[in-house]
Amino acid sequence: MNKLTLFGGAVVLSTLLASTAMAQTELSMWYHGAGNPNELEVLDVIIDDFNGSQSDWNVVLEKFPQESYNESVVAAALAGNLPDIIDVDGPVMPNWAWAGYMAPLELSDGALDGFLPGAIGEWNGNIYSVGLWDAGLAIFARKSVLEANDIRVPTLDNPWNEAEFDALLLKLQATGDFDFAIDMGMAWTGEWYPYAFSPFLQSFGGDIMDRSTYKTAEGALNGDAAIAFGEWWQALFARDLSPGTSQDGADRGSGFLEGKYALQWNGNWAALPALEKFGDDMLFLPAPDFGNGPRIGAASWQFGVSASSENQDGASAFIEFAMQDKYLAQFSDAIGLIPATAAAAAMSKNYKSGGPLEVFFGLSENQATLRPVTPGYVVAALDFEKAMADIANGADVPDALDAAVDAINSDIEKNSGYGF
Amino acid sequence: MSTPVRSKLSSATGAGWGMAAPVIGLLSLFLIFPFILAFALSFTNQRLISPNPTEFIGMRNFEQLLGLNVLIIEPERDGAGELVRNDAGEPAYPRVRTFTRNNPDYPQYQGMREWFAWNFRGDRIVFLASDVIFMRALTNTFLFVAVVAPVQGGLALLLALLINQKLRGINVYRAIYFMPVVVSIVVVSLLWRFIYDGNDGLLNNILSGLTFGAFKPVDWLGEYGTALGAIMGMSIWQAVGFHMVIWLSGLQTIPETLYEAADIEGATATQKFRYVTWPGLRNTAVLVLIVITMQAFALFAQIDVMTRGGPLDSTQTLVFQAVIRGYEKQDISGGSAISVILFLIVLSVSLLQRYLVRTKN
Amino acid sequence: MAAVKPANRGVNLWLRYTLLTFVALIFIFPIVFMVVSSLKPDQQLLVDTGSLRAFLPVGDISLNNYFEAFERAPVGLFIFNSILITGVTVALSLFVCSFGAFSFAFLKWRGRDVILAIIIATLIVPFETIAIPMLLVVNNLPMVSSSGFKIGWLNSYQVQIVPFIADGLTIFLFVQYFRDLPRELIEAARIDGASWLQIYRRVIVPISGPVFATAAILKFLAMYNQYLWPLMVAQSEQYRPVMVGLQYFFQLNVAWGEVMAYLTVITLPVLVFYLFLQRAFIASIASTGIKG
Repeated sequence: MNKLTLFGGAVVLSTLLASTAMAQTELSMWYHGAGNPNELEVLDVIIDDFNGSQSDWNVVLEKFPQESYNESVVAAALAGNLPDIIDVDGPVMPNWAWAGYMAPLELSDGALDGFLPGAIGEWNGNIYSVGLWDAGLAIFARKSVLEANDIRVPTLDNPWNEAEFDALLLKLQATGDFDFAIDMGMAWTGEWYPYAFSPFLQSFGGDIMDRSTYKTAEGALNGDAAIAFGEWWQALFARDLSPGTSQDGADRGSGFLEGKYALQWNGNWAALPALEKFGDDMLFLPAPDFGNGPRIGAASWQFGVSASSENQDGASAFIEFAMQDKYLAQFSDAIGLIPATAAAAAMSKNYKSGGPLEVFFGLSENQATLRPVTPGYVVAALDFEKAMADIANGADVPDALDAAVDAINSDIEKNSGYGF
Repeated sequence: MSTPVRSKLSSATGAGWGMAAPVIGLLSLFLIFPFILAFALSFTNQRLISPNPTEFIGMRNFEQLLGLNVLIIEPERDGAGELVRNDAGEPAYPRVRTFTRNNPDYPQYQGMREWFAWNFRGDRIVFLASDVIFMRALTNTFLFVAVVAPVQGGLALLLALLINQKLRGINVYRAIYFMPVVVSIVVVSLLWRFIYDGNDGLLNNILSGLTFGAFKPVDWLGEYGTALGAIMGMSIWQAVGFHMVIWLSGLQTIPETLYEAADIEGATATQKFRYVTWPGLRNTAVLVLIVITMQAFALFAQIDVMTRGGPLDSTQTLVFQAVIRGYEKQDISGGSAISVILFLIVLSVSLLQRYLVRTKN
Repeated sequence: MAAVKPANRGVNLWLRYTLLTFVALIFIFPIVFMVVSSLKPDQQLLVDTGSLRAFLPVGDISLNNYFEAFERAPVGLFIFNSILITGVTVALSLFVCSFGAFSFAFLKWRGRDVILAIIIATLIVPFETIAIPMLLVVNNLPMVSSSGFKIGWLNSYQVQIVPFIADGLTIFLFVQYFRDLPRELIEAARIDGASWLQIYRRVIVPISGPVFATAAILKFLAMYNQYLWPLMVAQSEQYRPVMVGLQYFFQLNVAWGEVMAYLTVITLPVLVFYLFLQRAFIASIASTGIKG
């Protein structure tokens, strides 16, 4: 009997406690990092800190596997079931904002001061999303390999040009020491293709679509510059300089570390294992300049507020809370990404002055280029991806690019110009 | 059916509807209604995500998918009327894109692309399609069905004959042969990616071992010529056990006395199969054929996991394209139009199969 | 056969078992590869794939992949969800479909043949092609939950169960089987004054074990392997089944050892269920196949 009363008392007490907590309005939040415990740990810290720091809001996290995150969001949006806070891949944001899934952020003045441009999600004159980090790409290389082959180490001011790059790839191939001279990462299908490869196209002078109107890809993606790019691209694979579309995912992950590839086109998230393996020998080099300056992609995952949220002020408050430099630094330390501000970079293990990945902050600051900022990007990216794969597999270059242009234009037309 | 007792007993409209009502209701709500919705969407410009209003556009989605045209290109000639020849000494032709892209003289070809072409009496005959990917998906799907249905059905029959023996432990073998059916097709596809791997895949190593190194490794899923074949092979392997069991059931319905009679007549094994076994399997054959055909037309998961339609569209299929367009490319009406075409195709094939069987009987 | 000498028969038998075993190897090797790989560290797993070592539990063997897989994702929860959803759907489906099939097979009523033809035609529609319209349907259905009445079924078990209770293939299987049963059984019961319900329960169900087993295993396989639908309708982790859980393992660099461990763990319930029903299953297909 006594036990039972005690038990009953405990239930009442805990219900009371729970209902005090309930005084906070619940904010639901979706995040793409399911299956990635390191990343979630940091996010949990931020959420706990936020929930404890004020009494109005209580953020509750739901996590999704990245592979199918966008499909989950679209299905939920169709069903009118979106959470208050969503995370969104930078280039996808305009699509969701245009479709009416997202609301502009309500940030206080100056909240975005010092943020890398790639971390700010702006569309149609409004800020819809903010990233706590950016990602940057570099050519991974070993100093010893370059020296042994008498290859110049390029710098931000003086990157390799097209002829130089081509010559050094052939030279590396000729050594016979490697399976391939460079690994472009063809095993990573999906958004990697436009993210990693469309900056090369831009450096050639082309683009995924014509950014002056955003109404056509004609000329930008199949003009002379684009065809020159396509021929360069095809030659990489035709001459076996890089592994093609059937590359094994495992080789992509470990091929450079195991010495199968002399060079590798890769992101800062893969930099730490490379440094661990090669130490001082490891170099992170800027992209080659194919005529219009060296370019790399910008924008990674960002946070935004759903338009159907009844608590948009609370959602914005959480995002602004998460934008503190200390959290930016923590995320960077946990998953190796580039902190979105210089102040946070200075606080981080890897990007502080003299830190092992400091170079990436410079690359991001100097070369980063956004993918086309239009709702039509989501579909255009798929058509670009297909063209890149087809050209690598030997398709006729102008025909493959024409096909992509037609597909992109027909999509723009079906969407009545996406509001442009 | 004709005896008065039977018809009196089984005529029960109220009870009949009543007992069938749950399945009729559930299927109507969760299958037939969504299908009708998809059917209706295929005549609109509905997008998956869009603030724009939905409009009725008639047959435009279907016209876009099915548009075909023929272009005859004459070889290029220089000022003197001589054929321009390329490095290999063959006549050179102007590029197809000069006719199909913004050429006001040929508005009928605008936006079309080359599907296939050949040379005929010095001219180049080019088949143009307004949606080449769809055409590839269509032909690949038919090719898949045409190969998989007979091969899978035939192998399944061989396996059934093999397993239809009275031996100790035969049930263990039956279970093993059925095992691939039990494992999810997604899991199976993931495992076979390792087997088909171009560098150090198991298949390459086995073939090279069997030929003492003479066999050159093939990138099974990565090459234009082998990718669809590789997927066919795996698909046959995965589902053959299922159809084996159906054949087995047919075999077991053939009376033992027929075989005994054949033995007395001195029939050979081949004759027994020809005159006793095969005639007894006709109904089973129909069932196997119809089920395999329907499954083969729905080819999707293997493609999604293994090749995603590549390389160079050699493994595009109708269901894969319907899904890609409807979900990833946000073109729900275009995806629905492909579904409707697929439905009509499979319906026609099924009716045709039924008709052929009926006339034989 | 009677003329075969004993020595010959021995050789013959030996040949038959060799052939049977060889074919068995063809069917089982990927599954052996999966289980064996789940015990190896990634590095070794990938090196071994090219040789016969892929099928041998040699080298650095441990259960580490299993521990890591359970750490990465709530594997137990996913399996629980899948078994719950699959189990309930299979049970309801067997009942509702056999009930309907009874009506199609034994009762004569207006519109019966047309409706049966439509039901069989539904087999043609691949689920992938109607998933989005279906999402719109379930999102407009009313539901009663602990928090009261609401519209929309998302994020629940029922949204993964109810739409799949009735399906053409299951109905078709039952109809084919019932049509082969001797009609005299029904007539006799009818003359004794039994109602249709009683005939279904007391006459038909007791002699239909095999077809129930077939339908159960086929439905189980289809439900357990569901992927696209739960992805669309189960937003909260709490309701996710095993195939959606598989996505947790496909990070940028896939940990293949963990994937193999996960695949092994999620395949286990299906194998157990299949072996459990195997005898009845083979006997059942044996009888459903007769009429084609």
